[in-house]
Amino acid sequence: MTKVQTSFEESVARIQDGDTLIVGGFGLCGIPEKAIQALAEKGTKNLTVVSNNCGVNDWGLGLLLENKQIKKMVASYVGENKIFEEQYLSGELEVELVPQGTLAERIRAGGAGIPGFYTPTGVGTPIAEGKEHKVIGGRQCILEEAIQGDAALVKAWKGDAYGNLIYQKTARNFNPLAAAAGKFTIAEVEELVGVGELDPDFIHTPSLYVQHLLVGTSYEKRIERKTVQQA
Amino acid sequence: MSSQRENIIQRAVQEVENGTIVNLGIGMPTMIANYIPAEKNIFLHSENGLLGIGPYPGEEDVDADLINAGKETVTVKQGGSFFDNAESFAMIRGGHIDLAILGGMEVSSQGDLANWMIPGKMVKGMGGAMDIVQGAQKVVIIMTHTNKNGESKIRKACALPLTGEKVVDRLITDMAVFDFTPSGMVLREVLNGADVKTVEQYTEAPFTIDEALVDREAK
Repeated sequence: MTKVQTSFEESVARIQDGDTLIVGGFGLCGIPEKAIQALAEKGTKNLTVVSNNCGVNDWGLGLLLENKQIKKMVASYVGENKIFEEQYLSGELEVELVPQGTLAERIRAGGAGIPGFYTPTGVGTPIAEGKEHKVIGGRQCILEEAIQGDAALVKAWKGDAYGNLIYQKTARNFNPLAAAAGKFTIAEVEELVGVGELDPDFIHTPSLYVQHLLVGTSYEKRIERKTVQQA
Repeated sequence: MSSQRENIIQRAVQEVENGTIVNLGIGMPTMIANYIPAEKNIFLHSENGLLGIGPYPGEEDVDADLINAGKETVTVKQGGSFFDNAESFAMIRGGHIDLAILGGMEVSSQGDLANWMIPGKMVKGMGGAMDIVQGAQKVVIIMTHTNKNGESKIRKACALPLTGEKVVDRLITDMAVFDFTPSGMVLREVLNGADVKTVEQYTEAPFTIDEALVDREAK
């Protein structure tokens, strides 16, 4: 059964006002740029967006911010975005900062059916306020709850019609976790390959996590900090 | 780069032992990589999902899909690997990282670290710092000894919100090296022409002095 779709517009129309959306990517690396653009055009509002970062002013999730489509942002680092700062300070945007490892594990747990877990990360910091504390193995821990998304947007390198995905280099980041934690996962790929062409030993996201698969063209892949060797 | 920062980095690089897995924080710690001698076989871990960071790429090898945690374009060293973020932090929390070197805003006498937010200023987020200080086998903090106003950043108790409680193993500044032990903070080395008296003058937190250092000063 093929999951291949041809219209980003129609796929993102599955996302409703008020939905929780998990979005892959680290900085601008490995972000589902085509689906984000389609969602910005669609104008779906009051979204809770769970993603490590929130793009930059005019790219990635910054586009949704610019349109005021995001009600709440759950992220580990948001320092790259001026609009974010303005909306946060004016009280328009709600923000939940989560340590990066806790964020990754909360999303992983969401996809894996684990309601919560204990971790020493954040003990003694503002993150621990109001959370259940428990000493396990002599170590103080806090309870962190899983995150599930009504939908997830992910970006892979190659995929097949069944929805099997492989990622490239550090563009993998949060994408496999998001794919598993979204009840409706929209994956975009640079290249669609025939079923059977991906080696089953090297598939990063097995097909069952993906509901829609789309091929994106002319990826911009913006670089935040281009650094090269000094000649 | 200021000579103060250069001095801190020169001392910090000595912490990196041959054959270890090391995570370097964003900013000054990242620069330590350039000073690690080639004969030391180090695998640098980048929390966005890379073990084995290589040098910055040449112009023709720049790859948007290959970045470090500071979002800089990098390369991958031979024998390196890529993984997702849950696995990356499983490596960190699971104790598989031998050494983490991070920057600091304040360190307390009991080894508390504050390095992620200043109340009243826009909060950018903690990134992976809270996980790394809990999970790495050894946590070394590098920072200037005093702030712009010449006040000690090594405090009896941190005034800023914490990144972690009792998490620092060693602190390296432009003036001194301290270790955090069950019996408190110990001055191990004085650096760059400072002496124990100067260090005492610029350090708010109480500390004891390593006996070897006392002997050396007495000579």
